[in-house]
Amino acid sequence: MQANTLSGGFADPATQSAHAFRSVMEAMARPGAIQDIHGAAPPAPLSPAMGAVLLTLCDTETPIYLAGDMDCEAARAWLAFHTGAPFVGPAQCMFAVGKWDALAPLSVYPIGTSEYPDRSATLIVECSELAASGATLTGPGIKDQATLSLPEVDAFQDNRTLFPLGLDFIFTCGERLAALPRSTEVSRSSSEAIAQVGAS
Amino acid sequence: MTEYNFAYLDEQTKRMIRRAILKGLTIPGYQVPFASREMPMPYGWGTGGVQVSAAVLTPKDTFKVIDQGADDTTNAVSIRTFFQRTAGVATTTATSDATVIQTRHRIPEEPLHEGQILVYQVPIPEPLRFLEPRESETRKMHSLEEYGLMHVKLYEDISRHGHIATSYAYPVKVEGRYVMDPSPIPKFDNPKLGDMAAIQLFGAGREQRIYALPPYTQVVSLDFEDHPFEASKADHPCGMCGATDSYLDELIIDDLGGRMFVCSDTDYCEARQAAGHKGKDAA
Repeated sequence: MQANTLSGGFADPATQSAHAFRSVMEAMARPGAIQDIHGAAPPAPLSPAMGAVLLTLCDTETPIYLAGDMDCEAARAWLAFHTGAPFVGPAQCMFAVGKWDALAPLSVYPIGTSEYPDRSATLIVECSELAASGATLTGPGIKDQATLSLPEVDAFQDNRTLFPLGLDFIFTCGERLAALPRSTEVSRSSSEAIAQVGAS
Repeated sequence: MTEYNFAYLDEQTKRMIRRAILKGLTIPGYQVPFASREMPMPYGWGTGGVQVSAAVLTPKDTFKVIDQGADDTTNAVSIRTFFQRTAGVATTTATSDATVIQTRHRIPEEPLHEGQILVYQVPIPEPLRFLEPRESETRKMHSLEEYGLMHVKLYEDISRHGHIATSYAYPVKVEGRYVMDPSPIPKFDNPKLGDMAAIQLFGAGREQRIYALPPYTQVVSLDFEDHPFEASKADHPCGMCGATDSYLDELIIDDLGGRMFVCSDTDYCEARQAAGHKGKDAA
């Protein structure tokens, strides 16, 4: 077992996960707002923010799907040691972890049922950049409107039409994160935004 | 302090509650089931609110607890002391200084700001429960957006009393989708639910439900075109601070039918008195 499998967790789990959760909750309650999150040092390809989110929310009761590059020995061993979460396919997961392209297609994830819309997957998307520019967001949690660099727009618009069912998203980058719940309306803000999204 | 894990609950329980809070925020007004724990206080004393507070508190928070608006009642004092001991958080009675406010049946008079969290103690989270006792049926009604029964109830109020007599736990519709019980707050507080800058979390311990309102969420009190919703209060000024815009408690002060009205929000009333405002009953 690698040394870095055992290290990189929360040194003080109770208080560090409390701080990390507040970042995640503020992000989910205010879609598009970028929050700092600290405390985890997972092995690549997991970012510190991704590691902190997983340490805060996952345990033996939360099946995780590792998509694409994230499904590697280093990530599996680290998550197994620190969270004990079982690894499953996308159709059974509560949390999916990966880069945007690797997570597609979104149709395979559980979106909840009409009587239990909370039984849906949360996708944690590793991003190369995270900025308050790009797509325009409106909806609960947003005062007037917010902007966020989303990997695309159509998928989130389609997801919104499923409300109250649907997927929820957390975007991680370095030691920062933002979130996009299913309740948020997403629209293209300008042609510049489309070009930017197309290039990333 | 060292006898307990931070904020009393074990980490796995907090993770479970935290996941429920997040799903609650993503589906505003929907009641998320959670595995409520036994707390060292009886059901009805705010075990749902306490569990939600335990899951969101950090050591840096400043914690305030109100019971019907008051900071100094038994329930408020005991919960405040509980987290002082188990989480080591700072406590306050000043609404503006608090980062997390746990409340039983009131929303503070002073508008809340971003960065604050309001945690409600909820006895019966299901707004349809007194109309339909079966959970399987109310769940179906929520999924089908079948809320006609609630309007019939409000209509029966009108036919019997001439107006909507429901004065607390007044049902609201969240973002045009879920009908939600705002907990037994007076309907005077209902207009504050919508477009609030703070995050609102609702915890029902015995009924094992958590639900939430993100900031700036649209919340509409149910009504009829010809009987619009009215946020009512006793038609008096506060006897202590003279406020005319606050929710009032009626106090019986002697055996001769004497009574006075005072702000239910003790912090609001004390701050006004400290600023020199004086009501007619003030000493």
